[in-house]
Amino acid sequence: MAITGVMRPGHVMLNVLDIDESVKHYCENMGLIETDRDKQGRVYLKCWDEHDWFSVVLQKNDSPGMDHMAFKVDTQESLLRLEANLKEFGCNVERVAAGELNHCGERVRFDSPTGHTFEIYVEKDVYGNGLPTTNPAPWPEGLKGMQAVRFDHCLLYGDDLDGSVKLFTEALEFDVAEQVVDGELQIAAFLSCSHKAHDIAFIRHEEKNKIHHASFMLNTWENVLRAADIISMKDIPLDIGPTRHGLTRGQTIYFFDPSGNRNEVFCEDSYRYPDSPVLTWTPDHLGQAIFYHSRELNDRFLNVVT
Amino acid sequence: MNKKYTVLVTDNNESFACYANENLLKGMTRLGHKGIPVGCRNGGCGVCKVQIKSGEYEAKIMSREHVSVAEESEGIALACRVFPKSDIELSVLGKMKQKDFFASIS
Repeated sequence: MAITGVMRPGHVMLNVLDIDESVKHYCENMGLIETDRDKQGRVYLKCWDEHDWFSVVLQKNDSPGMDHMAFKVDTQESLLRLEANLKEFGCNVERVAAGELNHCGERVRFDSPTGHTFEIYVEKDVYGNGLPTTNPAPWPEGLKGMQAVRFDHCLLYGDDLDGSVKLFTEALEFDVAEQVVDGELQIAAFLSCSHKAHDIAFIRHEEKNKIHHASFMLNTWENVLRAADIISMKDIPLDIGPTRHGLTRGQTIYFFDPSGNRNEVFCEDSYRYPDSPVLTWTPDHLGQAIFYHSRELNDRFLNVVT
Repeated sequence: MNKKYTVLVTDNNESFACYANENLLKGMTRLGHKGIPVGCRNGGCGVCKVQIKSGEYEAKIMSREHVSVAEESEGIALACRVFPKSDIELSVLGKMKQKDFFASIS
């Protein structure tokens, strides 16, 4: 499958209450690597098996949450085509100069019906994944904590779910891979621009511009169980897991960063192609969709957002 | 020395012990007490919002979306960020929302 257009989630910028505590959490606990700090005090982090300079930016703010999520696009031609689509869709679109974020090229920034801010870009400096590109070992030495492999996706909460799903499918060429539907009403949509079960997901919620979680991939279920050990060893607030989701089949665990932003680490055993069927879950199976084993809904997991 | 204080939740009249070096929410959950909703436990989500009615305490940084500067000066805080310096009496302001996914079926 040739990926054209949006290739993958490129980075997420998170608002945090305390930079030092947050850097400690993302690096020591989760295994992200600090790759830069800028004059504004923003900290740039990457997961070990990513080549680009950063996939997470931490920014000090009065309240936590997501500043924006950016997607990497394959070529300048695709960027221009998608930018035109976004303008036609009716988004407020602006260009952010190359270098506004260190090591990142020009970004096309746009709003969305659910109130979230997104960006698309083509260029980002290469940092490397700690291994040579000729005859590489399978992993680098010196990784810490959960050893998160890559920034995988965000699940976002917002009111105009239909609008943002339309934005991502029509303007940005994503597909709906999996969904929760209650009669005629789509409650949740999991969208993919790749082989993955989802690259972004939305759940219907009365507030605009909320983030449920930022998610990072691990390679195996054993790695997820090891992350559960680290969560207890380091006294990190646990949300749910380790368990499996019915929806996406993800084997997962959720916890909170030092500002209350929810993190997920997970591994997946599903894949899809553009011709894969859409999978649907109904409200009477929601317990199983989220918690495949216990099948019980959890108020904190469903409602706590930043 | 790690002093131990008593925290009283006036809403359900439940009281629990809380050490000086732990936050009120931690003290509550340590032995399974209830009364204050438990959310992110790191000052960001707002569900553990309380009104301190009496007692001395120190509050760590918390999300301004949920506790404004004015509220903080009135003794309003997120329980997960409050460390007691004396016995504390509080009432609960925050709540855990309930998502009703079955609205259309019922």
